[in-house]
Amino acid sequence: MADNDIDHFINTDGLDSEREKTIGQHIGYRYDVNLVPDYERITPFLSKYMETMGWKDLNWLEDVHMGYEENRAAVFDRNINGWVTVPEEMEMPDNQQDRDMIARELLIKFQMSPAHPMVELNKAYRKF
Amino acid sequence: MAELNQEHESHKLGMHTEQLAGRTQQVFFSPSAEENFTYPDGIAVDFNKETEFDAGPMEIRDVNLKLRELMQEGYGTITIRNPGAKHSLGVGILNRLNLTFDGSLGYFGCGLADGPNIRITGRVGWSCAENMMAGTIVVEKNAGSTFGAALRGGDLVCKGDVGSRTGIDQKGGTIIVGGRAGAFTGFMMQRGRIIILGDAGKNLGDSMYDGTIFVGGKIEDLGVDAVEGEMTETEEKWLETKLALYGMKAPNGVKNLTKIVAGKQLWNYDNLEPSEKKLVL
Repeated sequence: MADNDIDHFINTDGLDSEREKTIGQHIGYRYDVNLVPDYERITPFLSKYMETMGWKDLNWLEDVHMGYEENRAAVFDRNINGWVTVPEEMEMPDNQQDRDMIARELLIKFQMSPAHPMVELNKAYRKF
Repeated sequence: MAELNQEHESHKLGMHTEQLAGRTQQVFFSPSAEENFTYPDGIAVDFNKETEFDAGPMEIRDVNLKLRELMQEGYGTITIRNPGAKHSLGVGILNRLNLTFDGSLGYFGCGLADGPNIRITGRVGWSCAENMMAGTIVVEKNAGSTFGAALRGGDLVCKGDVGSRTGIDQKGGTIIVGGRAGAFTGFMMQRGRIIILGDAGKNLGDSMYDGTIFVGGKIEDLGVDAVEGEMTETEEKWLETKLALYGMKAPNGVKNLTKIVAGKQLWNYDNLEPSEKKLVL
């Protein structure tokens, strides 16, 4: 992965090594999964979420990052095991920390929405 | 029985047209969605509404059912007395909740947690917080093997020592161990963080794919593909803050923690030539 260009996976196919070109697939994550959050960049929405849940930090959201899928910024939603693409009109900041905060905020809005696929699945399959 | 069947539901959601190629996309994302911080089917509880009950004479199933009943009644702070090291207590809580177990838990305690803040004043057996999704779980004493197995998110803290294979197959979240950790800690870890303030046993981080392990004490030895990494400034700040949340401190300061990461030689292992596989191992 190119370290310098934050839009590497938006502007290119992300196939850098010979091995990746051969198999036609990027190996590994498309972002640094080990990047811990910089709490100076937290948004008011996320602070409110933490307060509601009774947490003093981002908790599980520390593992949520802005990823890139098929040349678009996207967030991985573990509850549907799929990528949720960020609206194209949304402007991306120039650094990963701020992008991650946006990803966390959008994911909460998506997961807690009555339109989330899990709501219907829950109705259909919930056993207790 | 549910009214909707599987086929009906999956078609309604458009899932039948998606390819199972790891590139699934959902496009109905509304950034302007109104503020809602709990799951649509979440139970509305009030942290200020407190209660407690005695689990001593109760069966495991009844304890878990009682817990759900109390949540339905709006109790947000619950203390369970005399858990008596029973197995599978406090599992599957997918809600915000302050829960205290006044005593010890057996196997598989507090598994699948998604949101609650749980404190256990005693010890826990095997596989505490297995597949935990979110929330905080604090164990005041020691924990058995496979502590935080397949952990996906949240903070899991043991203030004492933990057994072997802590964080096996970890996929996210943070595990903090105040004392020592047994052999194969972080085995096949894929992401997330493990902080061990004491010593770490044999084969630390064996076959880890990604993620980070921080160790304050001695490391008996590293597993396959686990290598030392360089600490960043953001990580130092994050470690200080995270440990302080649970009243813990690195024995010689966070700057002196040893950071272990994946060497990434095992990545895409199946596509390596036999000679390359030998080199990696």
